[in-house]
Amino acid sequence: MSAEPFTARNHELPILIQNLTKRFGDFTAVDNVSFNVQSGEVFGWLGPNGAGKTTTIRMLLGLIKPTSGNAFVLGFDSATQTKLVHANVGYMSQQFTLYSDLTAMQNIRFYGGVHGLSSDELRQRIAEIIRTAGLEGRENTLTGSLSGGWKQRLALGCAIVHHPKVVFLDEPTAGVDPISRRQFWELIYQMAKEGVTVLVTTHYMDEAELCQRVGFITGGKLVALDSVSQLKQTQMRGQVLEIGASDPEKAMRILKAAQLNGRIPFDEVALYGAQIHAVMPDAQKYKEAIQRLLMGEDVQVSSIERVAPTLEDVFISSVKAPAAIV
Amino acid sequence: MNQFAISAANLVKEFKVNKHVVTAVNGLSLQVAPGETFGLIGPDGAGKTTTTRVILGLLSRTSGESSVLGFDSMNDMYQIRERVGYIAQQFSLPPNLTVMENMLFFAGVHSVDAEEQKKRIPELLAFAGLSEFSNRLAGKLSGGMKKKLALACSLIHEPQVVMLDEPTLGVDPVSRREFWNLLGNLRAEKGLTIFICTPYMDEAERCTRVGLIYEGKLIVDDSPANIKRVIPGHLLEFTPSDFSSALKLCNEMNGVLEVQTYGEKLHVFVDDVLKCKTQIEDALASQGIAYDHLREIEVRMEEAFISLIRRQKESVEQNEMIGEVR
Amino acid sequence: MQLNFQRLAALIRKESIQILRDRRFILLFLGLTIVQLFVYSYSASRSVYHMPMAVVDQSRDATSAAFVQALVNSQYFDVTMYLDDESQAKDAIDKGEVKAALIIPPHFAAEVDQRSANFLMLLDGSDQFAVRSGYSAVGLVAQNFGLQMSAENLALSGAVSSTNHTLPINTFAQVLYNPDMNDKWFVIPGIIGMILQTLAVEQAAIFLVRDREWGTMEQILATPVRQLELILSKLIPLSVLCLLTLGMSVALGIYWFGVPFRGNLFLYFWLALLFLASCLGLGLVISTRVATQFEAEASAMIFMLFGLLLTGLFYPRTGMPLVPQLIGDIAPLTYFLRISRGIYMKGVGLSFVWSDALILVLYTLIVVFISSKRFKMRLD
Repeated sequence: MSAEPFTARNHELPILIQNLTKRFGDFTAVDNVSFNVQSGEVFGWLGPNGAGKTTTIRMLLGLIKPTSGNAFVLGFDSATQTKLVHANVGYMSQQFTLYSDLTAMQNIRFYGGVHGLSSDELRQRIAEIIRTAGLEGRENTLTGSLSGGWKQRLALGCAIVHHPKVVFLDEPTAGVDPISRRQFWELIYQMAKEGVTVLVTTHYMDEAELCQRVGFITGGKLVALDSVSQLKQTQMRGQVLEIGASDPEKAMRILKAAQLNGRIPFDEVALYGAQIHAVMPDAQKYKEAIQRLLMGEDVQVSSIERVAPTLEDVFISSVKAPAAIV
Repeated sequence: MNQFAISAANLVKEFKVNKHVVTAVNGLSLQVAPGETFGLIGPDGAGKTTTTRVILGLLSRTSGESSVLGFDSMNDMYQIRERVGYIAQQFSLPPNLTVMENMLFFAGVHSVDAEEQKKRIPELLAFAGLSEFSNRLAGKLSGGMKKKLALACSLIHEPQVVMLDEPTLGVDPVSRREFWNLLGNLRAEKGLTIFICTPYMDEAERCTRVGLIYEGKLIVDDSPANIKRVIPGHLLEFTPSDFSSALKLCNEMNGVLEVQTYGEKLHVFVDDVLKCKTQIEDALASQGIAYDHLREIEVRMEEAFISLIRRQKESVEQNEMIGEVR
Repeated sequence: MQLNFQRLAALIRKESIQILRDRRFILLFLGLTIVQLFVYSYSASRSVYHMPMAVVDQSRDATSAAFVQALVNSQYFDVTMYLDDESQAKDAIDKGEVKAALIIPPHFAAEVDQRSANFLMLLDGSDQFAVRSGYSAVGLVAQNFGLQMSAENLALSGAVSSTNHTLPINTFAQVLYNPDMNDKWFVIPGIIGMILQTLAVEQAAIFLVRDREWGTMEQILATPVRQLELILSKLIPLSVLCLLTLGMSVALGIYWFGVPFRGNLFLYFWLALLFLASCLGLGLVISTRVATQFEAEASAMIFMLFGLLLTGLFYPRTGMPLVPQLIGDIAPLTYFLRISRGIYMKGVGLSFVWSDALILVLYTLIVVFISSKRFKMRLD
């Protein structure tokens, strides 16, 4: 431990990224990204596929070396103090391997063994994990016959068997139903309450709303970093208008045509169940025009009002040039 | 001729797994009218995929009735296959064929003549935004592009009905939004009947009608707006400092219909907003639990979904208890 | 059963593109064929040439020297040492210094003249190939050497002794089709059949399973494609590939290994196609029973073992107990082996191989029938 650089230990932040850049040949996967995560925070790391999310996590875990810049986990430099980082973090990805022919308890014991836990510690951790994951009565069930939600909570338990202070969750809830997802997030916040710092990636925007703070990355660049409620106020370029019409399919055809010929500057117009959602710079200004346009083609407009953007709206607005949206 | 695009009555599908009979679909009935976008939603293992496959004739049914465009799933399976577009859940196009070769292959097996192929293939590629990738191997496309290719291939024979099994699973939000906008355009321009399975609650809101499947049965079948309306009471949200005590407190309170956890927040369904809000505020204060953002929020599909599943579970348990008493 | 040629063409095109695009597969297909052809044909040569031999010549006359020379000339034996008596010779064999020892008693020339000559050939019984080669070689050489002489006594315990014999009848053996008893001639037509059986069964078994594992099968089943079209689309490109392999193997057999093709090449290829059909059909039956590519490959390997051991390729079926013979009957190679050797080596026509051809026709019909019954156009 004496070899640690003094400066590194000065950063007491669980996760600190400074001007992090990673290039693969000509391709810049992560482009000068800086942010930090506070102790006990649940941080959402969001972006489209190929935006640099996983590359960032891999650099934080020291699995690949940054081209330039630094990534620190608990003050340890991920690039040079990889072993110390690994000893103090938990990592659970979609591909996290549970051995389906071992029981739940044997899986925990296996991962405990990998992390070098003593048998006393292990006994205590097994009890804790079984309890928090709600696996009581299923300790001796073969993992292969557990349902998706159980498996996922068990995987989390295995990933944190060594009591890490920082946990990386890479799309942990893919393919899990909403009820199990809720239970999983309860676990995440339970960990956070105990002071564990959590960095989570997800494709579910409704799930991202559960994070205390989120960062959007696209094309390797950090484009937004704030709390969800703040982002909704600051990052949304357009406004969302919800239009209820007597014949939504026809209304959609009319509005699409209006978008194409430039009559109304929609960033996006799309059928949304029985309604139409339209995103545009100044909704108020065009409300009348839209109404008139539809009425003129014999489509009754039952409602037309601004709705609060969802995080997904904000996300798409942040990561995409408006014209590119279908 | 049947007036419904898709219909099923008392549909049952049993599987034999190691000599046990597992009932995946258990007396399911549904009707989808032409031009509807019907979303089949439900937790993992509820029977979504099995239902879709049985209706399409990809699996034999155990009992009951099912038909597509008036053709019986079992007896007229080829008539159905000629008229329906289908996207299987996992990526299932030949990965070592290029985008163009895939299109040509599906055009060929659907007996689309050469003239029509020349017209439709470029149109569909443009529609799916894949024109510039026509020589790329399907296996080398991104997740979102794969799904769009699958959609384009499933439309080559101009089907009247498309059946999509979780087409956006594991796809990032931007691609997901694009995919749904494509579906909306098909609905608006071609009047296509869309049958879609999805685990995403926000996607359910983009359907004109939603069927909630649970343990092989439809427990709700209505428009998203109506489903949200059937959930009794109003929804309050807040973030307590002491999660488990606040949860316990709310669960025991009069006027509280249901409590759901939402990350670090609690979602409390109450009969009377004003009364309960004060009640909760007082109770929290007396217990010394700090909180913030106590406010009423709109019920989304996700909350409705969780509430409905819970009630279904409870009623099943009650019935079992009644059965036991008898 | 409807057969729509546009659909079939689309399916065959897809399969062909997939095969051609998979460079590793093509290389493996052709490369393995060549490697197998070489490995089997060289390793299967079971004649042992240039066996080190000790000579104990107690006669030391011109006749005995000529006899030793005749043995050396046969290429089977090299004289590596001259010893004094039988016990020394046995010692040399015990030590592994020689594989054979020739003991010529005194007055050999005189006895030859009296037509009552005998000699003793000791062979190393711990080496079965040495015993067989040496035994038959010494017999032939002795026959050819002198009309009076023959050595025809069995003593597999390690020594062959020829008793005092006068043969009033001269024994001549002429080896037909393969006068030099070149093992490759015998082995190559069979090896080609075995390679084809292995490839066809394995690839057909894998083909359907691979589509199922990739999930492609589900998507294809959701189109109006019919069962026959689907099966044909798998079999036709594979048959073409197998026929190419066959052509390549026959060409290698003729031009590299120098095994003359005596029969009608056209007939041979037609019957090979029939053999392929039966193998591919067998592969399809396997593929309807297995769940993964691994299982398919493992099942196909069993047939390769059958091919090696039970079809008469290396070990004569006539000496086998009933059960292994019956198991061997399951492998199409059993029938094609006779056809292949017949046409290739003997140059016989259909009139000689029709019964085996008929069995292959029946075999094909049966496996195609079973696979079409088992292969459902649904997922369950």
